[in-house]
Amino acid sequence: MTRVTISEAVDDALGQAMAADERILLMGEDVQGMHSSLFLRFGSERVVNTPISEAAFLGAGVAAAMAGLRPVVEIMLVDFLGVAMDALLNHAAKVETFSGGRWKVPLVVRTTIGGGYGDGGQHEQSLGGWLAHIPGLAVICPSTPLDAGSLMLSALEYGSPVILQEHKLLSKMWLDVLGSGGRKTVTYDIPEGTSAELPKLWEPLPISKGAVLREGSDLTIISTAVGVHRGMEAAQQLESDGISASVVDLRTISPLDRDLIYREVRRTGHLLVLDEDYESFGLSGELAAVVLEAGLSIKYARVCTRTTIPYAREREDQVLPNVERIITAAHQVCS
Amino acid sequence: MPTELITLYRSMLFSRLFEASVARLWHAGRISGEMHLGMGEEAIAAGVVSQLIDGDALALDHRGTPELLMRGVDPAALLCEFLGQENGLCRGMGGHMHLFAPDLLAASSGIVGSSGPAAAGFALAAKRLRLGTVAVAFFGEGAMNQGMLLESMNLAAAWKLPVLFVCKTNQWSITTRTASVTGGNLIDRARGFGLATREVNGLDVFEVWNTANRTLDEIRSGNGPAYLLAHCSHLEGHFLGDPLLELGRTPLKAFLKRGGGLMRALFRGKGKPFRERLDALLQLNSSSGALKTQSASKFDPVCLARQALDIGEEKIAALENEVQESVNAIVARALQAQEAGI
Repeated sequence: MTRVTISEAVDDALGQAMAADERILLMGEDVQGMHSSLFLRFGSERVVNTPISEAAFLGAGVAAAMAGLRPVVEIMLVDFLGVAMDALLNHAAKVETFSGGRWKVPLVVRTTIGGGYGDGGQHEQSLGGWLAHIPGLAVICPSTPLDAGSLMLSALEYGSPVILQEHKLLSKMWLDVLGSGGRKTVTYDIPEGTSAELPKLWEPLPISKGAVLREGSDLTIISTAVGVHRGMEAAQQLESDGISASVVDLRTISPLDRDLIYREVRRTGHLLVLDEDYESFGLSGELAAVVLEAGLSIKYARVCTRTTIPYAREREDQVLPNVERIITAAHQVCS
Repeated sequence: MPTELITLYRSMLFSRLFEASVARLWHAGRISGEMHLGMGEEAIAAGVVSQLIDGDALALDHRGTPELLMRGVDPAALLCEFLGQENGLCRGMGGHMHLFAPDLLAASSGIVGSSGPAAAGFALAAKRLRLGTVAVAFFGEGAMNQGMLLESMNLAAAWKLPVLFVCKTNQWSITTRTASVTGGNLIDRARGFGLATREVNGLDVFEVWNTANRTLDEIRSGNGPAYLLAHCSHLEGHFLGDPLLELGRTPLKAFLKRGGGLMRALFRGKGKPFRERLDALLQLNSSSGALKTQSASKFDPVCLARQALDIGEEKIAALENEVQESVNAIVARALQAQEAGI
């Protein structure tokens, strides 16, 4: 069996759904070349290359979904959503409410996020908090190929706009194209366990449900995507320092799995949020807020990205959350 | 013609050899991320940038190295930036897609189409603060479908801003044939916004220089914005390691790399009939073949400029040696600085 990483898994699950439902199509820049297996199998009417016109094709995706198609629109890098935000902010997220619940937008946006390969701060952002801020958008941020493929199926069944984010360090295909370009002379800090065998049949995984990947009694580390893997590595090291840490993979940023968060945080009394997105006004602050709203009294820390991501590789590694920073923060919050 | 061909050839050659060194360093893993080279666009860059004056502004895309070199940015600072060093043009914060030279009013961006609004803004400032100066936007034809670029053309026309929009077309938007995602033709499109339009062979530095010269004169004298459509090719594809170009150059290797997924896609149940899937595979292959022909020397503006030089082989060789040595010295200095941890 072939082992695949996150984007090939999403393609495979999407292929299963496309085979079952003629209404599903994939459109975006260079999708025929980038997702060639889907292009071969379903042809150019269902795997559609777009012009470099994010505002137009994302906006069109919203209305095509309203009119009966099930479009999956790819925004090659989440950074490029800056060009097309109106379609999500003022339309995809609003139509259902504005129509009194009478008109839904079953749109899936798939996009890549994240850094760690030296492409600069306009191509490596993780903007989950920015997107999740808007009511009416579901935001998924998986950490494994199997979760990602299953969540793609759920996204297609969700009935309202969903954004599925694929972290580039977890995606061999994107890392090959954007980082290596065929070179064997560059290396990345790719976590263990980011590839998996393709299942024979994909089954959906509920959106808005997180998972506890590691049980601990002193500290709860909550994260998504690459952060989950970094959190696991840190938790292992913390064990020998006498700190027993849980690791929670949120999988979905919005809607938040509040019950899971409350349950886990209540148990340990210490929360460490690990988010590759910007620190201010994002997921990390939101988690502190929901915990406080629930009346829980805990100790709290966060490890996030604080500034624009530097191009220089060594400095990039310092700015993005890394295991060393997680361990330092864990010691501080548990002291 | 006030600028001699030899001066233009020298700056094109410098850019070419500089970028060849960048490519080597990138292949060696010393430069990270994507790398979009301007190899193939040198005649357009030289023909336009060589006539800019103090106070003119430059809005560049993700492929701005030739323009910046020709505008007078310190090549060592540029190379140190690519190497991610503190002594780089942007202190290692930007990298090759995000280059800024405030003293030269030159700014670049990795967001396709964004040089249009940037040039309009630079031109607005020029009109109020530096009368007689202009702003030049460089972008590829793929950007001509980006709303913000088209909106900025309208803005420039409505406000009669001194902007030259330079569209470098190689007919490919990464792996997509631009014609397959573009309606109408680009000259009509620009004309529709009220821009003066001209079309040139972007491989011929003389032709670009002459046309840009006339056009810039008109813009400087207050006639409003203009659009220059220049045809060229990308000798290294969209970026280094371009997967489609690789497929054309070493089809077997590239196919084997992606083979598992493609083989599965050929035989997987449900979907298009097998025959059509095979056609789609051939289509991907022929795309890469078409891309490959772009790298032929008849599409190389530096080779073409060299052929047009009338100074004798000996003088040309001496010039080329001199340029190569100056590039080598810059590379050596930059690498020394990197090893010294600057």
